[in-house]
Amino acid sequence: MIGGLFIYNHKGEVLISRVYRDDIGKGPFPNCFHKVGCTESYRMRNAVDAFRVNVIHARQQVRSPVTNIARTSFFHVKRSNIWLAAVTKQNVNAAMVFEFLYKMCDVMTAYFGKISEENIKNNFVLIYELLDEILDFGYPQNSETGALKTFITQTGIKSQSKEEQSQITSQVTGQIGWRREGIKYRRNELFLDVLESVNLLMSPQGQVLSAHVSGRVVMKSYLSGMPECKFGMNDKIVIDKQGKGGATEEQSIAIDDCTFHQCVRLSKFDAERSISFIPPDGECELMRYRTTKDIILPFRVIPLVREVGRTKLEVKVVIKSNFKPSLLAQKIEVRIPTPLNTSGVQVICMKGKAKYKASENAIVWKIKRMAGMKESQISAEIELLPTNDKKKWARPPISMNFEVPFAPSGLKVRYLKVFEPKLNYSDHDVIKWVRYIGRSGIYETRC
Amino acid sequence: MPAVSKGDGMRGLAVFISDIRNCKSKEAEIKRINKELANIRSKFKGDKALDGYSKKKYVCKLLFIFLLGHDIDFGHMEAVNLLSSNKYTEKQIGYLFISVLVNSNSELIRLINNAIKNDLSSRNPTFMCLALHCIANVGSREMAEAFAGEIPRILVAGDTMDSVKQSAALCLLRLYKASPDLVLMGEWTSRVVHLLNDQHMGVVTAAISLITCLSSKNPDEFKTCVSLAVSRLSRIVSSASTDLQDYTYYFVPAPWLSCKLLRLLQCYPPPEDGAVKGRLVECLETILNKAQEPPKSKKVQHSNAKNAILFEAISLIIHYDSEPNLLVRACNQLGQFLQHRETNLRYLALESMCTLASSEFSHEAVKTHIETVINALKTERDVSVRQRAADLLYAMCDRSNAKQIVAEMLSYLETADYSIREEMVLKVAILAEKYAVDYSWYVDTILNLIRIAGDYVSEEVWYRVIQIVINRDDVQGYAAKTVFEALQAPACHENMVKVGGYILGEFGNLIAGDPRSSPLVQFNLLHSKFHLCSVPTRALLLSAYIKFINLFPETKATIQEVLRSDSQIRNSDVELQQRAVEYLKLSSIASTDVLATVLEEMPPFPERESSILAKLKKKKGPGAVSVELEDGKERGDYLSHSNGSSTPSPSADLLGLRSTAPASGATPSAGSLLVDVFSEAGPSATSAGVNDDGFLRFVCKNNGVLFENQLLQIGIKSEYRQNLGRMYLFYGNKTSVQFVSFNTTVSCPGELQSHILQLEPLVEGGAQVQQVINIECLTDFIDAPLLNIKFRYGGALQNISLKLPVTINKFFQPTEMAAADFFQRWKQLSQPQQEAQKIFKASHGMDTEVLKAKLLGLGTALLENVDPNPENYVCAGVIQTKAQQVGCLLRLEPNAQAQMYRLTLRSSKDTVSQRVCDLLAEQF
Repeated sequence: MIGGLFIYNHKGEVLISRVYRDDIGKGPFPNCFHKVGCTESYRMRNAVDAFRVNVIHARQQVRSPVTNIARTSFFHVKRSNIWLAAVTKQNVNAAMVFEFLYKMCDVMTAYFGKISEENIKNNFVLIYELLDEILDFGYPQNSETGALKTFITQTGIKSQSKEEQSQITSQVTGQIGWRREGIKYRRNELFLDVLESVNLLMSPQGQVLSAHVSGRVVMKSYLSGMPECKFGMNDKIVIDKQGKGGATEEQSIAIDDCTFHQCVRLSKFDAERSISFIPPDGECELMRYRTTKDIILPFRVIPLVREVGRTKLEVKVVIKSNFKPSLLAQKIEVRIPTPLNTSGVQVICMKGKAKYKASENAIVWKIKRMAGMKESQISAEIELLPTNDKKKWARPPISMNFEVPFAPSGLKVRYLKVFEPKLNYSDHDVIKWVRYIGRSGIYETRC
Repeated sequence: MPAVSKGDGMRGLAVFISDIRNCKSKEAEIKRINKELANIRSKFKGDKALDGYSKKKYVCKLLFIFLLGHDIDFGHMEAVNLLSSNKYTEKQIGYLFISVLVNSNSELIRLINNAIKNDLSSRNPTFMCLALHCIANVGSREMAEAFAGEIPRILVAGDTMDSVKQSAALCLLRLYKASPDLVLMGEWTSRVVHLLNDQHMGVVTAAISLITCLSSKNPDEFKTCVSLAVSRLSRIVSSASTDLQDYTYYFVPAPWLSCKLLRLLQCYPPPEDGAVKGRLVECLETILNKAQEPPKSKKVQHSNAKNAILFEAISLIIHYDSEPNLLVRACNQLGQFLQHRETNLRYLALESMCTLASSEFSHEAVKTHIETVINALKTERDVSVRQRAADLLYAMCDRSNAKQIVAEMLSYLETADYSIREEMVLKVAILAEKYAVDYSWYVDTILNLIRIAGDYVSEEVWYRVIQIVINRDDVQGYAAKTVFEALQAPACHENMVKVGGYILGEFGNLIAGDPRSSPLVQFNLLHSKFHLCSVPTRALLLSAYIKFINLFPETKATIQEVLRSDSQIRNSDVELQQRAVEYLKLSSIASTDVLATVLEEMPPFPERESSILAKLKKKKGPGAVSVELEDGKERGDYLSHSNGSSTPSPSADLLGLRSTAPASGATPSAGSLLVDVFSEAGPSATSAGVNDDGFLRFVCKNNGVLFENQLLQIGIKSEYRQNLGRMYLFYGNKTSVQFVSFNTTVSCPGELQSHILQLEPLVEGGAQVQQVINIECLTDFIDAPLLNIKFRYGGALQNISLKLPVTINKFFQPTEMAAADFFQRWKQLSQPQQEAQKIFKASHGMDTEVLKAKLLGLGTALLENVDPNPENYVCAGVIQTKAQQVGCLLRLEPNAQAQMYRLTLRSSKDTVSQRVCDLLAEQF
């Protein structure tokens, strides 16, 4: 279990330090000054220092999120300039630790917005309070923002009545810890977002080397009472099962793996593959999934690089949009890496704006909007400075960013039914909104 | 770039650096650097020429980026261009970039060297200095090759500025340290030495560093510097504090220079010229007197400078070791420092006293401070000072105060810092052994040692105590009693159990008369510790048990019961199991007589150098141990007295079972089996051991059989003339089958050169082939060349490695000389490092003729009627190597009563003396 949790700023100074178990201080950590027979708190400093010395200030950038120093494991995630590190001496489930760290980031964001040094310093009492609640002796506890907000507030001390207190207690310790009873809305509304990020690696010849979509279904609900919901999508298994009865033209998708919010009844999913749940109030991430088959690749990048002698390079890149012409892709950005000895760049592009960004060693080409089934191209001349280094340019891949209004995995929401037997509103009374957004993840084409 | 003031301050650079410093994250920093690099690249692209200022600025930025840890792969050309600028700042930045960034294999090196040459030959002193600094900073071999000839000329030229001379001296020093073979002073030597007389103190200070370094390598060439240094020193010492103006530091005249002069003098023996010596003694006295004067300033710098000179003077006095008066004064001075407030001073005083203690003149004087030192050991707060105090106690120990010192060290050991415990333990063990008048005291001390600091008692210590107990009849009973008492403590250290097991196993009978320590009680006591011990200790205890069966037949049943128990006879450890099985069988089968023979008391160990001392030496490096017990003979594990080859566990060998009882020991049967296996597979397994004494046999003779096994015999015949040798090797095939792909190679150490004539790859059965090896000795050497023989015998590949008996003495040219001549040369070679001496026990008879034959065989001339004592032998010879000739004098003093020899070697080269001495010591 998690032995301790530390939050560092980019200089490696500790902003938050919470120790749950004593074992993590018992190094001996290399590169850290330590003495025989020092005090417990001093030893704890060792663990803290070990991470700073070996990860944050490491000579080489540490890429692994798990670092083992002197038989102590450090799990870290980085948010902008802030490092969150969970430390343990035991053999823990690493996925659990990371899930917890991400959850913690979410909770903090929900409480005070962006995770930055400034914000953490301003809210450190709150953070300690949260840590007390969401982690007990190193075991993760309820980290549902909605539930937490009922009893950890930022609005000063508000003395709660006995009933309120007991209500909170029963809710937090009860079966449905993520939703309190007696919620009432005049308008029952429900928003469903399907957010996907599509990842691709393509060879220069246009062969797909690897591609996958990771998606999330985010739900924002304003429903009264304790509604029972049922969510349906074009999951291949479900469609096939139904397909025996009636003929469906709908495309179905094969989901490789998925995870659900804690409110989803997993037993029911296992048995019938139906997703039913009582949603928490407000926003929640209903499910996460991943697909690898039949992905719609929204863009195709065709690179053409020609080396003209030692001092010149000609680059031509064509992008083709590959979706319905009625749809519009947005925020398109193509990043063409340039060699490290670039001394000057001339760019010509038909559409959008292109610029050589020396600080990133790349030409960045931005297009605001682009309809489906279109084509656009850029050509650049790169002048090189001859160096005495014989190393050849490694030719990093051309990467791309975009946003499209459909799900590249092909996922479709078929229904979301709401039943609330106790209150008098039916499925038809609920106003439902569905939105699809497909974004680029790591979308690269080798050149 | 915006137009900025083109002064020295480069605004662009300052802005860039402050940008970098303001970066919040590493990513931001990298972005900023990438941007700057792109900017510089576009500027360097060469569309339009850059002016010197911007070039300098951009090169500076590149340098800064490089120092931040990023790779820079351009801009070198621009930096080289800066070198030819006439502005100081531009040139300086150019040189800076080059010394930091240019590696030696760059193609630019030619251009750079050219620019440096231009600057060196310019008349501008600052440019010359810049160039010199660059050479020194790069300091590569290529630089040395290009400029090693030039710099000495600049150094001694009359018209060179003082500042350039300083730089040149230090630059030369750097080159010399990097590649000494390229810096040849030759004709410049005397002129460099005369820099000591230079008007400018800075030049002298720089030159003296160079001279010290050079003269430590070849002292003879720079001998003349001694008198110059002495006169310079006396001028400084006697000057009033205001005379030297700039070079007076807090009222102390030229402290750095004085220290360096004193250090230079430490490279040489005391000056022979009486006047010079008198002057030097005067100087040293003045320095000691000045230390007594009240300080002229309360500032710490003043006392630091003064003490620095004083300590350097004291080490010179110690180095000379010939002026009793000065030595005693130095000792008294240091005694005052022992109680000084300043920790550093106390440390240094203790350290210097350590060396003083080893001098015969000052040993007594040092001893007077014993109380203070003991006090320091107990109360000092700094562990390093305590360590020095322990060292000093060790050094000042002699017969008169050994008991006191050992007791103090033992009592300190209980509270000593963990880091120095092991060393303390070794020291106590050595002192106890060395000054033991009474061996019961020795046994007590060591057992105490094990009790107090068992974890730090190394194997050697308890081996040694056992060795001594075995060899001394008078102490055995006492040892058995003490060990028995010590073992009664509820918690014993494992080492104590080892000693106990061994001693009771050998001498338990001596205390068996007492009903309190009856055999059964002894056994039960030992066995109660058995389960707490590690495997090697258990193995030792098992051996002790079988010895018990022999000593006390009444315990036989009990012990057999123990051996028979599953935990022994089916132990998962092979060694323990084997011992249990074999001992059980031995005890049940063998008759009492056989048992008594097999398990006879251990024979006395041969006297060897204490291995503890060897260990201490190894731990601290040579020179740290100031008290020499006796000159070390061959260092070796004294436990392996029965057989030289490797043993699986020391305890097996310790009991000597291997030599006395082939059937009983655990290892012998397995061992001989292994030998058999190996002799089938290939004789190489056995060859290595044989050759080493084969090698030593050939030190004094040139012909004989070098190697022999079941397959192959190798005979050798060799002849030597001057520095050349020719060796005939005769390979005899002892089998009736031919050897296929017979191939021999010789790998020589660098100091030898060999040429081997290759053979036919086939050697018929029963045939003999001859091979010639030509050897040339380039310079003196230690390692013998290795002969590697490979061949196939019946399909199996055989591989034999042999040391060829080529030793340094083979290149001796005998020299005849008269007595007077001999002694004159003997005295000339009086430096301590030129002499090597060994005292050792005769391993063969002391027959006069045999000795003479051996000495002649060594290659030297045996000089009759030279030594006043007719028993002694003196020899002289010159070792001929290609590089140089090394004169070598030898004196062998046999002592017939003690069966001992003292062998003294003196030669003009220290390595030669040592090597010849080592070789020869094995021969008698």
